[in-house]
Amino acid sequence: MSTNDDRKGLQSLSRRQFSMGLAALPLIGMPGLSMAAKYPTAQVNTTKLAVTDTEVIVGQLHSATGTMAISETGSIQAERLAIEQINAMGGVLGRQIKIIQEDGASDWPTFAEKSKKLLVNDRVAAVFGCWTSASRKAVLPIFEKENGMLYYPTFYEGLEQSKNVIYTGQEATQQIIYGLDWVAKEKKAKTFFLIGSDYIWPRTSNKIARKHIENFQKGKVVGEEYYPLGHTNFNSLINKIKIAKPDCVYAIVVGGSNVAFYKQLKAAGITADKQLILTISVTEDELLGIGGENCNGFYACMKYFQSLDNPNNKKFVEAFKAKYGAKEVIGDVTQAAYLGPWIWKATVEKAGSFDIDKIAAASAGIELKTAPEGYVKVHENHHLWSKARIGQIQTDGQFKLIAESPNLIEPNPFPKGYQ
Amino acid sequence: MTKLRHWLGTSDLAGIALLALLVFVVMPLSTDIFRLNLIGKYLTYAFVAVGLVMLWGYGGILSLGQGVFFGLGGYCMAMFLKLEASDPISTKIQSTPGIPDFMDWNQITALPTWWEPFRHLPFAILALLVIPTLLAFIVGFAMFKRRVGGVYFAIITQAVALILTVLIIGQQGYTGGVNGMTDLKTMLGWDIRTDSARYILYFVNAILLFAAIFACRAIQKSKLGTLMLAMRDKEDRVRFSGYDVANFKVFVFCLAAMLCGIGGAMFSLQVGFMSPSFVGIVPSIEMVIFAAVGGRMSLVGAVFGTLLVNFGKTYFSESFPQLWLFLMAALFIGVVMAFPNGLAGLFEDYVKPWLLRTRAKQPDVPPAEPVVEETTRSVASRTGDSVEPLPAPTAGRLGPAVA
Repeated sequence: MSTNDDRKGLQSLSRRQFSMGLAALPLIGMPGLSMAAKYPTAQVNTTKLAVTDTEVIVGQLHSATGTMAISETGSIQAERLAIEQINAMGGVLGRQIKIIQEDGASDWPTFAEKSKKLLVNDRVAAVFGCWTSASRKAVLPIFEKENGMLYYPTFYEGLEQSKNVIYTGQEATQQIIYGLDWVAKEKKAKTFFLIGSDYIWPRTSNKIARKHIENFQKGKVVGEEYYPLGHTNFNSLINKIKIAKPDCVYAIVVGGSNVAFYKQLKAAGITADKQLILTISVTEDELLGIGGENCNGFYACMKYFQSLDNPNNKKFVEAFKAKYGAKEVIGDVTQAAYLGPWIWKATVEKAGSFDIDKIAAASAGIELKTAPEGYVKVHENHHLWSKARIGQIQTDGQFKLIAESPNLIEPNPFPKGYQ
Repeated sequence: MTKLRHWLGTSDLAGIALLALLVFVVMPLSTDIFRLNLIGKYLTYAFVAVGLVMLWGYGGILSLGQGVFFGLGGYCMAMFLKLEASDPISTKIQSTPGIPDFMDWNQITALPTWWEPFRHLPFAILALLVIPTLLAFIVGFAMFKRRVGGVYFAIITQAVALILTVLIIGQQGYTGGVNGMTDLKTMLGWDIRTDSARYILYFVNAILLFAAIFACRAIQKSKLGTLMLAMRDKEDRVRFSGYDVANFKVFVFCLAAMLCGIGGAMFSLQVGFMSPSFVGIVPSIEMVIFAAVGGRMSLVGAVFGTLLVNFGKTYFSESFPQLWLFLMAALFIGVVMAFPNGLAGLFEDYVKPWLLRTRAKQPDVPPAEPVVEETTRSVASRTGDSVEPLPAPTAGRLGPAVA
């Protein structure tokens, strides 16, 4: 296709333009061509993946429809942006990346079906996708059975490690322990009230939080409550908080429930000047729905905020807004999703191959100096070394950076002493 | 052959033959194992649709909670498979090895007693048949004996679906919660994820489905089937004839539930996991749509409907990831507007007259007998319950007997 178009274009040019074009051709075409020639397809693709001399096909598997679409859209956009930028730089091993997008439709069985389609039918070289733990759990056996590679962007509960997954978000300890230590040290918090939506991530995270508070900080958990996903009536919870008077409310409420939770807190008079709240489930994306004015002054512990002041992030935010509109916001997971294609590219280039086994083996030690969150590195357990940061919610729906961990925190998906 | 044709009726025979050809020959030969596995998955939903034809089309009882029984069957099988996948060696990374991973995540340290029997396959198979049937019996008995029917019954089935979903999600230490039970690997040591296993499971599923269709057809043809039709069209007359209507309703509700249970179990086996997203209200209504698209009076039509809707879902969502829900909606609206009796109605109205015309030209086949029988049946299916006097001749015979 493209060669035909090129030829047509060349024929219509005048002789002078033609020679000028020829002179420019090596500058544009050569790096790609030489890369592809240096890495012949037969050599970089011994497992019948969808890799040709000119292109490599990857899959993208998020919910474009259903309740999770609002959260996953940011990840879809970030991954597309990264792939576009990589293509503009000449692609991966001289091959342009082509995307096959599938819709998980916020439905775990659909995720399983689509992942199988991407791996078995399309033979994609990598999949960027999933968001909820449930969707990851649904596709994980398929990635292991069909030997695919998944780049998973969300901060999650840990207790998992797979050859076939690279976790570009934080596992639980990377997000929880720094935040708890910070409130204990800076805000002198001794008593905690743990709140969560009722599924695996909040439950496991609170389990780790409780162990850390009780065993390491010698503090006290004065309450622990769970509510179904989508729950919107938090009045009884607010009363319990008022009675228990904890130094810190530790909140892992997810999705739409957040809107009701923070609005009802405000209506009940629980504001930042009276109550310390630390959350690990509110990013810029959620703040769009909640409204910064309904929860300003509360704290969140993440690894990335859109407001981070570094050159990498400035470039990323600018490119993101240029592509998707100035009103778009970028949350922690969106940034982690943006890392996926870049880490994959670096890994493929290090391995000199698209083969899944070789990528899996080459992943450990991959570094990314251009990440918007700063320098990151892939650990042997396929999670990322990353920093933890405390941000304070502002009325404009952005975070103000208050503190950050001095060093990269080691990912530890199976923490000893927290089980 | 003529006996079979006599028993089934010509158009039924044609439909079943076509379906058998499609399921046993065309699909296995024309698709790769990935697609065949998908079709196998669709065919597990067809059990629900076949049950709905009996329950809704023949019994006149609309249930919007069939996902409950599908889910129960699926969970019974998934519990067995999960226990087998959770042997102490492959779960040694957990704090308590030897229990399912989701229990470990929820700080449960020993296998609950009610899980123990699910270590044995015969128990699991018995449970997947009995538990959905028993629940249907309890709900049906309580409702139908009190003469709760129609919309009220549909609402109650929805409530049951909601209750079960909340229960499963809330008790995640025992059920896997929102995630469901994932990573099912082997059945009695037989790896169900290999290609050969998928072929075998596909054919087992298809054979079971045809057995279900034939069993339901036998019921339709029996006195029981006639009574069900009569009951649907004029419940009071059947009651005044001395029949206990509630018992028949309970029976057909239990039958549909058991079929759902079988479908659910085959789903767990073929797809390798089970989750509460099959139990709730939305999937239950989706399953009613399968039957409606196929035609709620036709067993074979319901299977075709299930296949069509799910093909549509897969095809549209693969080709138009952003737009596919609108295309699905267009399909549903289109079917309901254009063919209120579903695919089977389309067959009755267009294909059959043409078939009869061609057959009339062949003098050696006497067309009279099947024609009379089929037309009365299709009239009965089209006129619904408000028509007086009763359209079906069998039910008509009941009427004067009372008078």
